[in-house]
Amino acid sequence: MDAEMARAQGDSGMRKLFIWLPLALFAVFFGLFASGLLKPDDRVITSKLVGKPLPAFELPAAASDRPGLASGQLATGQPRLLNIFASWCVPCAAEAPQLMALKREGVAIDAIAIRDARPDVDAFLARWGNPYARIGLDARSSVQIALGSSGVPETFVIDGQGRIAYQHIGDIRADDVPMILKRLEEAR
Amino acid sequence: MRLMIALLALILSAPAFGQSALPPAPWADRQIPDPAQEKEARDLMLTIRCLTCQSQSIADSNASMAGDMRSQIRERIMAGEEPEHIRRWLIERYGDWVSYEPTGDPILWPLWAAPAVLLALGALLLRGRLKRRTR
Repeated sequence: MDAEMARAQGDSGMRKLFIWLPLALFAVFFGLFASGLLKPDDRVITSKLVGKPLPAFELPAAASDRPGLASGQLATGQPRLLNIFASWCVPCAAEAPQLMALKREGVAIDAIAIRDARPDVDAFLARWGNPYARIGLDARSSVQIALGSSGVPETFVIDGQGRIAYQHIGDIRADDVPMILKRLEEAR
Repeated sequence: MRLMIALLALILSAPAFGQSALPPAPWADRQIPDPAQEKEARDLMLTIRCLTCQSQSIADSNASMAGDMRSQIRERIMAGEEPEHIRRWLIERYGDWVSYEPTGDPILWPLWAAPAVLLALGALLLRGRLKRRTR
């Protein structure tokens, strides 16, 4: 009889705990969803190749007056910028003045034009300026994918040994220029 | 009337999207002739996340980059590459983010354990019920 009582009491103790379980679960999920709602959305996908050597590639010329681009030409002993752009991309036109400013600072800039055509690239460069030494044409985004780049525009800092030192996602704004110059200095 | 004309003009005008004017890559929307290879490619494409339309797989997305990825996957599978090798190649570049297939990372252990835990909980509940009934 005593044992029976004790068991019943134990059972009711358990039951009391169980009664609170749904509320506890609700609180957990509420907290989870609230934090998801309040946290700013981060949709930037960085390349996992930062710090690693550039993948090997060789691209034909994208513009009439600039040669194409091969990965070997980026390891020159001096840091350079590799700009991923496209003539159809609006933010790429917006960052053109900043790239021209970087070129005036003596920065060597090469580029890859994504899903583009030569007449379009020529027109784009005639309109917004041409800061590039070489421009490779990546008609099927294959080099872009190999680089772990997820859109246009993006800019990679390549060190003298041809390693990716830094990836800038999105257009370079005027106030990004000193930071890019610093990254180039660090990659020296 | 003026509103109508404006709306009509809006419908007829060419939208200025930030998208490439180039046609899709050759194998973006074309199946591999060998059905077994096409199935391999499709199964992989359904579990690779689109970088432009995040939350869609590249099999579902119309973004030009997704088309280029589909084309590349089909070409590589036709060349005899294993789908899991292509997945690893993509993860090396974009991180686990790019794959919808869960990995064996410690952070995912609770996810893998969940079915076992739920089954055990169910068994416990069932046992309690049956015991009470027999009493």
